[in-house]
Amino acid sequence: MTTSDKKKYKVIGTTPIRHDGADKVTGRAVYGIDFHTTGMLWGKILRSPHAHAKIKSIDATKALALPGVHAVVTGKDMAVARDIEVEAGETSLNYMHLSDNVMARDKALYKGHAVAAVAADTQHIAEEALGLIEVDYEVLTPVLNGREGMKSDAPLIHPDQTTKIMAFRFDPGTDSGEKSNIAGKSQLKLGDIDAGFKEADFIVEREYTTSWVHQGYIEAQNATAHWNNDDNITVWNSSQGTFNQRQLMAEILKHPVSQIKMVPMEIGGGFGGKIPVYLEIPAAMLSKKTGHPVKMTMTRTEVFEGTGPASAAQMKAKVGATKDGRITAAYAELVFEAGAFPGSAVGAGAQGMFTTYNIENVLIDGYDVVVNKPKSAAYRSPGTPQACFPAEAVIDELAELVGMDPLDFRMKNAAKEGDRRADGVQHPEMGNLECMEALKASDHYKSDLGGPNRGRGVASGYWGNAGMPASCSIAINADGTVSLAEGSPDIGGSRTSIAMMCAEAFGIAAEDVHPSIKDTDSIGYQGLTAGSSTTLRNGWAVFEVTNQAIELIKARAARLWETEPENVDFADGVFFSKAEKELKLTFKEMTGKLMETGGPISVAASVAPRGAGPSFTTHMVDVEVDPETGKVEILRYTAAQDVGTMIHPDYVEGQVQGGAVQGIGWALNEEYFFSDKGAMLNASYLDYRVPTMLDLPMIDTILVEHANPDHPFGVRGVAEISVVPPLGALANAIYAAVGVRMRDLPMAPHKIVKALQEKNGKTK
Amino acid sequence: MRPIEYVAAKTVQEAVTSLAEKGDAARPLAGGTDIIVQLRGGRRQLDRLVDMKAIPELNELTYNASSGLRIGAAVPCYRVYGNAEVAGAYPGLIDAASLVGGIQIQGRGSIGGNLCNAAPSGDTIPALIAHSAVAEITGPGGSREVPVEDFCTAPGRTVIQSGEILVAIRIPAPAAHFGACYMRFIPRNEMDIAVVGVGASVVMDGNKVTACRIALASVAPTPVYAAAAGAVLAGKEATEENINAVAEVAQSAATPISDMRGTAEYRTHLIGVLTRRALQSAIQRAKGA
Ligand SMILES: Cc1cc2nc3c(=O)[nH]c(=O)nc-3n(C[C@H](O)[C@H](O)[C@H](O)COP(=O)(O)OP(=O)(O)OC[C@H]3O[C@@H](n4cnc5c(N)ncnc54)[C@H](O)[C@@H]3O)c2cc1C
Repeated sequence: MTTSDKKKYKVIGTTPIRHDGADKVTGRAVYGIDFHTTGMLWGKILRSPHAHAKIKSIDATKALALPGVHAVVTGKDMAVARDIEVEAGETSLNYMHLSDNVMARDKALYKGHAVAAVAADTQHIAEEALGLIEVDYEVLTPVLNGREGMKSDAPLIHPDQTTKIMAFRFDPGTDSGEKSNIAGKSQLKLGDIDAGFKEADFIVEREYTTSWVHQGYIEAQNATAHWNNDDNITVWNSSQGTFNQRQLMAEILKHPVSQIKMVPMEIGGGFGGKIPVYLEIPAAMLSKKTGHPVKMTMTRTEVFEGTGPASAAQMKAKVGATKDGRITAAYAELVFEAGAFPGSAVGAGAQGMFTTYNIENVLIDGYDVVVNKPKSAAYRSPGTPQACFPAEAVIDELAELVGMDPLDFRMKNAAKEGDRRADGVQHPEMGNLECMEALKASDHYKSDLGGPNRGRGVASGYWGNAGMPASCSIAINADGTVSLAEGSPDIGGSRTSIAMMCAEAFGIAAEDVHPSIKDTDSIGYQGLTAGSSTTLRNGWAVFEVTNQAIELIKARAARLWETEPENVDFADGVFFSKAEKELKLTFKEMTGKLMETGGPISVAASVAPRGAGPSFTTHMVDVEVDPETGKVEILRYTAAQDVGTMIHPDYVEGQVQGGAVQGIGWALNEEYFFSDKGAMLNASYLDYRVPTMLDLPMIDTILVEHANPDHPFGVRGVAEISVVPPLGALANAIYAAVGVRMRDLPMAPHKIVKALQEKNGKTK
Repeated sequence: MRPIEYVAAKTVQEAVTSLAEKGDAARPLAGGTDIIVQLRGGRRQLDRLVDMKAIPELNELTYNASSGLRIGAAVPCYRVYGNAEVAGAYPGLIDAASLVGGIQIQGRGSIGGNLCNAAPSGDTIPALIAHSAVAEITGPGGSREVPVEDFCTAPGRTVIQSGEILVAIRIPAPAAHFGACYMRFIPRNEMDIAVVGVGASVVMDGNKVTACRIALASVAPTPVYAAAAGAVLAGKEATEENINAVAEVAQSAATPISDMRGTAEYRTHLIGVLTRRALQSAIQRAKGA
């Protein structure tokens, strides 16, 4: 359901058929993994079997002697990339680290770390060749836990690494000078927590852990690269940002961006995991060596072991409230395992923690700790699901102590426009409280649980959303249609939403706009398809180009009507003369007259919008727990989210539901099982348990349309935040059902049985 | 994955000869839902696969109320649960056959393959044991029969010698007032490997149990026939107390390990829970019959 049905727009808010629909349902759409070109070789990666090991030597003689093998590359073939940190949409990255992650140089830093790549005539030969590459390792003791890694006697993963101390997020920081696995320590501070806790009548302080989890996109990473004789490189792949990857390629390969062309193929999911480059680099290097295009794809095991999952976290949270239910202070310590290289999403997590509440005194300490596990990457609202889990669980305990309904307690403390976040910034206009109120008014809230061992939990969440630059160009066709070119890989339906905003502006049907997604040589710069920014920022670009086009067409109408352009206006899809009302032509009629009034019209524009408009949400879930097996059945689920103005409501709802499902998996069953040597034991979808259809009820949505006042069409990012609340909501629901507080994710059945046995004083 | 020779045998004899030629480098292929996955994952290396699906006898499913059921070794799961007569007579086997994998897997994967794959977690195996099934084996040296509880010898290993094949699985006709059930625990609701599985069967006389068989999956290196557990109930009333006693003995028949799918402690706990639940369901079914 939606909370508003005002008909301000003609196209926006409707659900036309997606422009890429026919190709996708007939299997014609070409995904990165489908790409094929003449003369292509197949590449494969040899990966470290050890979580931490010095690479003493690599001997590829035997592999190169195998018939059908063309070339081998190793870290020794790579240039040393610049040791500088750059912002990458949702998190930051360092070129040198990224390069060392793509191919280990002196040390393998996690099991699955790439150490060599081979190109051969077929995949099978390439696979066989991997077994013939001889690597001499000196195995080192791995660091497998954030808190362990922080200890002063822990083995150092990067022997020269010192701690960067940041007073705020994105602070360039100062250097501690001390060697440590702690890459960064950051702090968010508001007010005075000591004073705040003094005011409190109740204080709850708890510790929590979460496990490594993977985004679980369907299409595995893949790349086909061709390094041409003229040194122009072309890459066909599925990524979340061609321009970002072009930059990363340029830095790592030390090659000019002007000689790299990234071609976006259709993408089968990313959720943040397809922001970094992996195979693109070895594929390009192998292509350079062989003169052939080289295609590489990952197996699912490689995806789990060799790409970037979301950090595990060890966390502490402490919150105080007065007897009448006012939260007075909140403190948290967040230790995030960054993986093999610095750069977890701990900063973003801190930013989202407690942010749905108006709390005057907040202190959050964040630690970014390197461990011998895959380098973490962004995953839908990076860092925030982890950080909001302890926040929402402690707040639930406080509500119980105060004696308030958990939703009422949240409503009483809800952040509103003008209140300050922990980083001091004031909230803009948004719909936080509206979401909570909508849930309270829902049938779900009023319904009975209807049985024993059942419980209801709620949790809220925040995600800031991003802006990022965008470019688009339009060409107006004589039949009244518009060709729209943009460059953002379309993961969640963005091309249709962008086309709909274009159609709205011109007063034509969505079907009359033909969107396409261009390579980096054919369109202006685009930010990442990330940060829930694509529809928002391309909406700005569309606003820009359509306004320019309308001005140009007005001038043509003026010529037709022998008047000045300022005497022509445009509204509801019709150009008309302000002076003589009978002089009017629809957009479509005007397009037929462009040739006779001066020729065709096309417009391109680039924008760098601000004012992303943050996301707020509250979820409610009913569960039934089998007290004998510990299994959790989800009975009912409702997500209420401030979604701004919805361009295509079905897509918006799909995003909200999809994120909730990922959060449910994170909460209940998903986790990387590591051996005591740091090897992932469940690197397949058999034992890495994402929820299946049979594990889920319909995810009901309440879509609160609080338009973003800083966007021409009121768009707010919608695509990430819904992964945040399920962790806390399910923990709270399980408590309500059977009386145990689960503080370590995932809340797997065996843990629930154990907690129940401890609660009941049984050991058997 | 290296190239593999594929042979579609037309007769049992042809299959036996073709397998015997290559010794351990050849294996039978039924639905392939285990073996192809193992080959692609590099967990097995073979030179030859001998397909069982083209041998008529291995595709036969015959049921007769007096002589019982004979399932050709290559008959896929769906044909077993899709047969109404069979479904009525062998409820424990039907529970198992209809939860192996999903619809696609059941369309291809066979009960024979499940048994010969000899996974400790193989879902149909405890059900077969509960139903007193017997394996019919033919090889270069002739034919022999082995009760299913003696068939698996270690993870992935069975009594089948190289050159031998499983021809069929035979299950006797159920006695009057017979009931059976197979239950497994998985953290999700599909697509998972049993953390613990329990097969139970009973023959009832009023509220008295005259015979009871219990078999367990995923709690030892092979599926386990917990004969002592079943014996506890034989000749006794189906009371809660007696059922609990069976569950306790079943727990002691197991030697579970701790792995990523569950701790030994949790598995032992689940054997108790599932034995009780499976028994209760078997008893209900026996009474309803
Ligand atoms: C997605 C998925 C889900 C699954 N879920 C389950 C599940 O829930 N429960 C479960 O128990 N299993 C499950 N499995 C495993 C598998 O599907 C079953 O074990 C199935 O019953 C195997 O039958 P098959 O006919 O495919 O065997 P195959 O793979 O053809 O053969 C299995 C083994 O038996 C041998 N073999 C086959 N026929 C004979 C014969 N006539 N004589 C001697 N040896 C023979 C083969 O050489 C091989 O070693 C799953 C598999 C997949 C891929």
